[in-house]
Amino acid sequence: MVLLALLAVTTVAVVRVRNLFAVAVLTGVYSFLMATVLIVLDAVDVAMTEASVGAGIAMVLMLGALYLTKTDESPPVHTVLLPVFVAGVTGVALIWAMSALPPFGAAATPLQLAGPDYLQRSLAETGIPNVVTSVLASYRGYDTLGETTVIFTAGIAVLLLLKRGPAREGGDDDQQPS
Amino acid sequence: MRLDIILRVTTKLLLPLMLLFAAYVQFHGDFGPGGGFQAGVIAGATFILYGLIYGLGAVMRVLPMALVETLIPLGVLIYAGVGVFAMLAGGNFLDYTRLAHEPAHGQELGVFLVEVGVFVTVSSTMLAIFYALAGRGRR
Repeated sequence: MVLLALLAVTTVAVVRVRNLFAVAVLTGVYSFLMATVLIVLDAVDVAMTEASVGAGIAMVLMLGALYLTKTDESPPVHTVLLPVFVAGVTGVALIWAMSALPPFGAAATPLQLAGPDYLQRSLAETGIPNVVTSVLASYRGYDTLGETTVIFTAGIAVLLLLKRGPAREGGDDDQQPS
Repeated sequence: MRLDIILRVTTKLLLPLMLLFAAYVQFHGDFGPGGGFQAGVIAGATFILYGLIYGLGAVMRVLPMALVETLIPLGVLIYAGVGVFAMLAGGNFLDYTRLAHEPAHGQELGVFLVEVGVFVTVSSTMLAIFYALAGRGRR
């Protein structure tokens, strides 16, 4: 409960604060809080990923991007009504969709049926004690191959966008004199 | 005298430990939390830290951009290659049971190789994105 309250406070702070350096640090704080929540939920693998990617790499990349631009957010040019409307509709739709989910802890869900099945089969079939690893890399190997391809694609896309060519003239006026 | 000597010395102390931890997370992923993705991120972060403190030139001497660009698709190739190899051995795509004489051993081997592929792609992608971002500011 304390953690969730801190998460909410951090989110509000990220939205309110206009200094982008502070925002970058606050997103790191958010990631560490999220990682702690995941540890409380016994999802150590996910917590590890969240802490290293969210708080580590993402923050460094954000600070690197910040170095290329200004450190203060410029005041919004357009009215905020449309984004508020879009966010509100999306939120209401998500809350409405939650009503279709099975009740928390219901016995007939795939989670409750397939989970024990994997837990029983995993060690004998794969010889790997960590069921997360065996499900991720063996039973769900296709998904993980897809994820790896997604990372590959993302890396190539970033390289295509950023690597070639110096910053072009006249596109945006935030660029540093070189 | 350079003012960042504390950062430089601390970084030098940290780097081998971080790489060791990445290796631990990679190879111990079968028993504890972790695996290729997490280890790849930690290894990538190690080189990013080195680049942050010692400059982009220093880390690019260790891992040139051309090498990193080769490693990104190599990881996916390792992963998919294990799948194709499993097919050649008479199983389905990504069915590791045929990779060794015993099904369980084949599974262990397959999972290990696949995690190596994930590690290679993830770590080099993180590093490539850092290179691309950091290299822009120097023009």
